[in-house]
Amino acid sequence: MTEPKKLRVATCSLAGCFGCHMSLLDIDEKLFDLLKVVEFDRSPITDIKTCGPCDIGIVEGGVCNAENVHVLKEFRKNCKVLVAMGACAITGGIPALRNNVDLWDCFQEVYHYGIGLENGQIPNDPELPLPFDKVHPINEVVRIDYFLPGCPPSADAIWQFLTDLAAGREPKLDYEMLHYD
Amino acid sequence: MTEHNVCDLPGIVARWNNDPANMVQILRDVQESCGTIPSDTLDQLAKLLGVPRVRIEATASFYHFFHAESHGAYEILFSDNIIDHMAGKEELKRYLCERLWLEPRKLSEDGLVYVDDTADIGLADQAPSMLVNGYAVPALDHSRLDLIAELIRNRKPLADWPPMLFEIPDNIRQAGPLTGEAFTPGAALLATIARGTDATLAELEAANLRGRGGAGFKTATKWASCRKAEGEAQEHAGPSQVLPGPLGGEPSVARFSGGAHYVVCNADEGEPGTFKDRVLLNSHADLVFEGMTVCARVIGAKQGLVYLRGEYRNLLEKLKSVLARRREKGLLGKSILGEQGFDFDIEIHLGAGAYICGEESALIESLEGKPGKPRNRPPFPDRCGYRNQPTVVNNVETFACAARIAERGSAVFTALGTPQSTGSKLISVSGDCQRPGIYEVPFGVTVRQILIECGAEDAHAVQVSGPSGTCISFREFDRIIAFEDLPTAGAFMVFSRERDMFEVARNFTHFFAHESCGFCTPCRVGTSLLRNTMDKLAAGKGSAYDMNEMKNIMHILLDMAHCGLGHTAANPVVQTMEKFPDAYEKRLMKLDFEPAFDLDGALSTARLITGRDDEWAHLAND
Amino acid sequence: MVILTMDKTFILDGKTIPFEEGETIMEAASAAGVYIPHLCHHPEFKPHGSCKLCTVSIGGRLGASCTNKAAAGMVVESETEALNADRRALTQMLFVEGNHICPSCEKSGNCQLQAVAYHLDMLTPHFTHFYPARDIDASHPDVLLERNRCILCELCVRASRDVDGKNVFGIGGRGIKSRLIVNSASGRLADTNLSVTDRAVEVCPTGAILRKRHGFTVPIGRRLYDHHDIAEVPVAGMKEPRSS
Repeated sequence: MTEPKKLRVATCSLAGCFGCHMSLLDIDEKLFDLLKVVEFDRSPITDIKTCGPCDIGIVEGGVCNAENVHVLKEFRKNCKVLVAMGACAITGGIPALRNNVDLWDCFQEVYHYGIGLENGQIPNDPELPLPFDKVHPINEVVRIDYFLPGCPPSADAIWQFLTDLAAGREPKLDYEMLHYD
Repeated sequence: MTEHNVCDLPGIVARWNNDPANMVQILRDVQESCGTIPSDTLDQLAKLLGVPRVRIEATASFYHFFHAESHGAYEILFSDNIIDHMAGKEELKRYLCERLWLEPRKLSEDGLVYVDDTADIGLADQAPSMLVNGYAVPALDHSRLDLIAELIRNRKPLADWPPMLFEIPDNIRQAGPLTGEAFTPGAALLATIARGTDATLAELEAANLRGRGGAGFKTATKWASCRKAEGEAQEHAGPSQVLPGPLGGEPSVARFSGGAHYVVCNADEGEPGTFKDRVLLNSHADLVFEGMTVCARVIGAKQGLVYLRGEYRNLLEKLKSVLARRREKGLLGKSILGEQGFDFDIEIHLGAGAYICGEESALIESLEGKPGKPRNRPPFPDRCGYRNQPTVVNNVETFACAARIAERGSAVFTALGTPQSTGSKLISVSGDCQRPGIYEVPFGVTVRQILIECGAEDAHAVQVSGPSGTCISFREFDRIIAFEDLPTAGAFMVFSRERDMFEVARNFTHFFAHESCGFCTPCRVGTSLLRNTMDKLAAGKGSAYDMNEMKNIMHILLDMAHCGLGHTAANPVVQTMEKFPDAYEKRLMKLDFEPAFDLDGALSTARLITGRDDEWAHLAND
Repeated sequence: MVILTMDKTFILDGKTIPFEEGETIMEAASAAGVYIPHLCHHPEFKPHGSCKLCTVSIGGRLGASCTNKAAAGMVVESETEALNADRRALTQMLFVEGNHICPSCEKSGNCQLQAVAYHLDMLTPHFTHFYPARDIDASHPDVLLERNRCILCELCVRASRDVDGKNVFGIGGRGIKSRLIVNSASGRLADTNLSVTDRAVEVCPTGAILRKRHGFTVPIGRRLYDHHDIAEVPVAGMKEPRSS
């Protein structure tokens, strides 16, 4: 008897807090069940740095800088199904609270006038991702197939969602699993 | 007119009977005499009129022509219809701004001039055109702008500007019963009195007169229903159904006791490309006023109101003098033509830059001093209109037709047109043709016939009845102007083969987004989403996804919007998509999906701040 | 209680709904315990008809159920896939029009905008966000005005005018630039006569008008809509279901 082919899954966090990933780990012992049907590609769980061809890509966080766009496009290119996980990926979330603060004011506050700063200067190192004027949800940059809201989505919701998807069902969240906070 | 005086608020308020229902008129007068409506004026008005400031502010901030900040001694607003663009409006605007050393939408440094755009001002046959301090100047070209720039630099008061700048010819290219035949003031009233009210209604019914504003509702039905309605305080459900009461609290409709009926003439001709009411009012106002008076006789109204769009400010004095003459002749006022109890007079109210006020219930809200937001219907105005009383609201041209029918009988009227669409129709022709202007045609005429008459050999498309109407392609030129095929308020914008129909539609989406009143969710948000998506396509960043999105938004607008503005706001996009797909496809770059915003552009601020321009400081828009 | 006769009923999604003369479809449906999604409607206030969520098919014609009167024999459809798709789209429009960041909002869990979105299975705001720049007014000692969350339902306008007799609120501007304004020359809430006990403060369906120092007092799990769909949560002021 041959093992059924496992679904290959990649995950990443863009402008997010990794809270959604923590919630993913909160699946706890059911992770073992999950691992029977999926295997992880690029993900903070595996520490693989680039995304190969995958069945499912799960993206946490919104898009706040140029690097986020590169990662997101890599995911879109390699993943058959792309999922926006959590409030930030879906609406911009908490990072989007900065959207009505002028970027110059943000930089000033962070690098010049913040508490404890002396002779601060704005870094211009090419290795640093350059920030956008505003933080955007990921569906404004690439086409997204599924949305899994929550801040974070509960472990149960993630479990429900992934098992539905793995079984080829249209994911459906029960009332109490659907929330935006 | 250029030196703004200290505003005599108590005088203005007294002139409008200390009645907060005249708030739009009061604010207009404040704006005209002060040049702005300063914030403290709102507090003074609140005290004088006994209404909460917040309600006055709601009205003052709704209308495009009202502003709290100074627009200088000269406020110049360029008409922004696609027809103006085709006639070189953008280049001319830049030219004038350069001559005056200023940027659009920014008061010049010396505080003298302000230049901006405004929705079509009803001069599409004489495009491009502008408003200077509310007064229309047509047929702009470099030499006229040179002259205007000089007049402004010399700070010449508008009253001393050469009158030829403000001359607006009627351009009647094809005359008919309304525009070409003599009318003796009083003739229709004499006939009405002789015939009696019932017989007059029967005559209108036999004539099968239908509303000329485009919707085509039967005039006789409307008048009969209004006549029957009890003139007493009724409550209607509406966005702001409360007439400002003396305590500013509870709904107050008791100011006028029962029995009042009103006649309202809708002269808020805001549909881009339409200008036939301007011509009727300029040269045939007697016919219009007489039609209103006939209506008053039929429904038993004592007061009539003309809601004249603010853009037609230049007609106000002339119309007032026509009204004065009619009073002298006993055609208005007490005991009209000597008949006891036939008392009726007409007052003119000016709009203040809001297309939505062409919708009859929004117009009534505006007449009552409120933001022009359409009411919930039913009840319709025939039962519950101005001051919640039974009100007939008809288009300018409808009243003119009614006067002709009262004067000559229905048979003469029905000799023209088709069985369902009787009589003549005024068509406002503009765009790519040799002879733009007014064509009074019998209903049933084909689009092709009008195109031949106006000299549009190279016509490729016609926008019938303005942005909210129908875009027809060269394949459909045998369709007819009639309620049963192409109903129209009168606009007829011609586009030649060279024109980009995508840009036509994009201009119209900007128009609707600017003119949405904001009352209902689908229109408030949907029109802006449409405009933004069309701009995205125009920037070369559109995709098949965006096309699909626009179709979805159209469905939501059609299903869910509160009034006709929202229902039709997506028409230009959907119709041009269907009839001129090439205009869209060439912009799509055959992509499935494109980001909602300009990725590289959104990094530009950060590049500026960090001084970076390295490879990683850019994003390719693939 | 009015005796209901057969001619004082209409059909809503196949169910016979009794009504009293002058009642709207919404009022009759609510009295019969049938939920029609809505945001600008509130049983205590005059119908407004602006959010359009409660749009139903009335004999094939679409209209807001909060402003259309019930009539004998009319056939009304509400729970159709097409109507709910439109309602979801309207809710999404409201989300992208403002700045609705639920995780940072004190009203989360008790918010009707959010609850209606849950009811309609809204997983994403879908449309491109406007991220408008809107003012927060914290000037009042007891009330916070957070315009980022205002959906222009005008419930506070109506409550202040019709119940509080104060006219503290109004809608200024037009179109997408419409905004909640207050009755003071300074434009500050502190300079109005608003009191924290006003009906206008309580009636806000979102987190736009909030009592200060009451944020996050109810823990997650015990909030109004944590376990119950908005269709099952009675609204204060709603008439008791009519016994049939």
